[in-house]
Amino acid sequence: MSAVLSKAEVAMVWRLFRADAAHNRKRIALTVLAIAWGTLSIVMLLSFGEGMKRAFHRTVRGMGEGIGVLWPGATTRAWAGLNSGRPIQFTDEDMDLLKARIPELAAISREYSRRVPVSLGAKSVNARVRGVDPSFGPMRNLIPSAGGRFIDEADLAEKRRVVFLGDELAKDLFGAADPIGRTVQINQSTFLVVGVMQAKVMMGMYSGPDKGQATIPAPTFKSMYTDARPGNMVYAPVSMEAGDQAKSEIYRVLGKKYRFDPEDRRALGIWDTRENQRITENIALGIQVFLGIIGALTLFVGGMGVANIMYAVVKERTREIGVKMALGAKVRQVMAPFVMEALMMTVMGGVLGTAVSLGLMAVIAALPLKGEAFEFLGRPTFSPAIALSTSVVLGTIGMLAGYFPARRAAGVNPAVSLRYE
Amino acid sequence: MSEEPNTAGPMILMRGIRKSYSTGRVEVEALRGIDLDIGGNDYVAVVGPSGSGKSTLMNIVGCLDTPTSGEYVLSGEKVAGLDRNRLAEIRNRHIGFVFQNFNLLPYASALENVELPLLFAGAGARERKERAEEMLRRVDLADRMDHKPTELSGGQMQRVAIARALVNRPAIILADEPTGNLDSASGQGIVGLFRALHAAGQTIVMITHDQAIARLASRIVQIRDGQIVEDRQAAA
Repeated sequence: MSAVLSKAEVAMVWRLFRADAAHNRKRIALTVLAIAWGTLSIVMLLSFGEGMKRAFHRTVRGMGEGIGVLWPGATTRAWAGLNSGRPIQFTDEDMDLLKARIPELAAISREYSRRVPVSLGAKSVNARVRGVDPSFGPMRNLIPSAGGRFIDEADLAEKRRVVFLGDELAKDLFGAADPIGRTVQINQSTFLVVGVMQAKVMMGMYSGPDKGQATIPAPTFKSMYTDARPGNMVYAPVSMEAGDQAKSEIYRVLGKKYRFDPEDRRALGIWDTRENQRITENIALGIQVFLGIIGALTLFVGGMGVANIMYAVVKERTREIGVKMALGAKVRQVMAPFVMEALMMTVMGGVLGTAVSLGLMAVIAALPLKGEAFEFLGRPTFSPAIALSTSVVLGTIGMLAGYFPARRAAGVNPAVSLRYE
Repeated sequence: MSEEPNTAGPMILMRGIRKSYSTGRVEVEALRGIDLDIGGNDYVAVVGPSGSGKSTLMNIVGCLDTPTSGEYVLSGEKVAGLDRNRLAEIRNRHIGFVFQNFNLLPYASALENVELPLLFAGAGARERKERAEEMLRRVDLADRMDHKPTELSGGQMQRVAIARALVNRPAIILADEPTGNLDSASGQGIVGLFRALHAAGQTIVMITHDQAIARLASRIVQIRDGQIVEDRQAAA
C-alpha cells in the first residue's frame, strides 16, 4: 500500500490549487481571510486566557503558595467532659509544639498583630503591626526590595527593634526617599527599618494587604504587648501532597492540648490556600476553555467557507473527476486532492492569522499599560500549548472542510459525468 | 495480473446484458439483451443512431456502469458485484478510454496527462516518465511533451489522449466518437493511428456514427433500440 498521495500527486494538487486560485481569486482570498480571522480570534482569546492564568498565578503567589493559615475558633461539641462553645486561644508555645510533633510541617510562624500608629516625625499612619518569625517572609512572599532584608533569627534572639515595611506604608511615610537605615516610631518606641517589601499583586488577604503593614520580630512584639496572644499561625507543608496530612495532624496535636475533638473542624480555622489555588486554576482553565470555544466557533465559520468553496470546486470539476475515475483513480485518489486543497487553504489562513496575532501581542507587550486591572488581567501570552491546540483545531477543521466535499466527489457517477452535454 | 494484453480467448464476453434507468416515473430500457463476444485483436465499430443504446453499452464495456442484469466477463473476470475500487483497478489495467472531447486535464502537460493512469496504478516516477515519453513518441508527439492542452491542436490533443489510453498496455482501447470533434484531416490521422495500433495487435472498440470510419474497422456491430441488429465482418 502506497502513501495516500505520491509526490507527483501533491505537486499536481498544488498546481490545481493555483489554477483554482487564479479562477476564484476573490472567493479564495475571502475564505483564507475568514480562516485567518478565526485563527486570530482563537489565538488571541487563548493567549488572553493564558495571560490571565499567569496573572492569577502571580496573585496567588502574592498570598503565598501552598501555605495554610491557622486561627483559633470555638468548639462545637462537648469533648472529654468539656462543654461545647468553648473558645480556643493560642499560646506562645503552640508553634514550638506543632513544629516538634508534626514532621509534615516545613515551616511555621506565629503572627501577633495589632493596629497602632506608625510615625515618622509629624507624619503618622495608623497601620497594622505584626510580630512574626523569620519563616513568615518566604512563606507569604514578603520579598525585600534591593538593599533590604526580612526579619532574621538574630533579630528574634536579641528582640531587636527592627521593622520590615510594606511598600505602600513606606511610601506614605518616606515618600520617594529610601527608608532603609532610617527609623520610625511604633508605639513610642524607635524601630530601625531593615527592609521594604517588593511590590506584589495579592488576591487573598486575611488582615488587609501586606503593602500597608509593618512587620517586626515576634519576641519584640511580645515584649511591647505582654498580654498578646498569637492571632494566627502560618505554616507550609513539606510538599503539596503532605498538606492534608499536616492539617489533620494539627487538629490532632492541638485537640489533645486544648481538649477538643480532632474531628471538630470549628475548633480551629484553617485556610488552606492550596484549595484556593485549585479553584483559581480551575477558573482560569474554565475561562481559557470558554474563550477557546468562542475562537473555535469563529474558526468553524471559516471552515464552512472552505467547505463551500470545495463543494463549488467539486461541482466545477465533475467531468474531470469522471475522467480520473475512467482512468482508474480509486476512491482515495479521487478524494485526496480535495482534502489537500482544503487543508492548504486552512493552513494558509492559519499561518496568516497566527502571524498577525503574534504581531498584535508584540504590540500589546510594548504598550505601557499600568493599573490594578492589568495586574489581574495580565497580557496575552502565547504558549506551545496554544500553538498545539490551534493547530489541532485548524487541522481538524481543514480535514472536515475537505472531507465532505471530497466524499461528494467520490460519489460522482463517471458514466453520467462523461455524458455529453 | 499480467500487464501484457491478453490476446487468447474472448476478451469480452456478454450474455443477456440489460440496462434500465428510471427517469422519474418512466422506466427506460436502454439495453434489451445484448450478447456480444469480442476476441483479442478485434477492431470493432459499434454503430447506431443516437438513443440506440450504444453509449450505455460502451459504459458497461468500460466498467463505468454496471448492467441491471446479464453476465459480463472481461479478460476472464466477472465484473458483476465488484466494488468501486476494484472496478477502478480493472479500468486502469484493462481499458484505455479515448473520448470525443479528449478530456485532458487542462492544467497538466501532455506528459503529465499521459502519466495519469500510471500514477493511479502506483508506478514510480521514473517508470511513469519513461513509459509516458515512449507513448508520446509512438503517437508522434515527442516535441510536444511539455505543452499544455490549450497549446495543442485538436488532433494533437486526441493523440495525447490515445497515448494516455495506451500507457498501461490495456487489453482494450475503448474509443467513443474519437473523430467527432476533429476536422476531417485530423480525423483521418487518428483513424490511421487506430489502424496501425490494430495492425500491431491492439484490440479496439470504437463507437461512431460515421459510416466511412466504421468501414475501416474489421467488424461492424449495429445497434438499434437496445439490441444488436447486425454483426458482420467489414469488407476491408
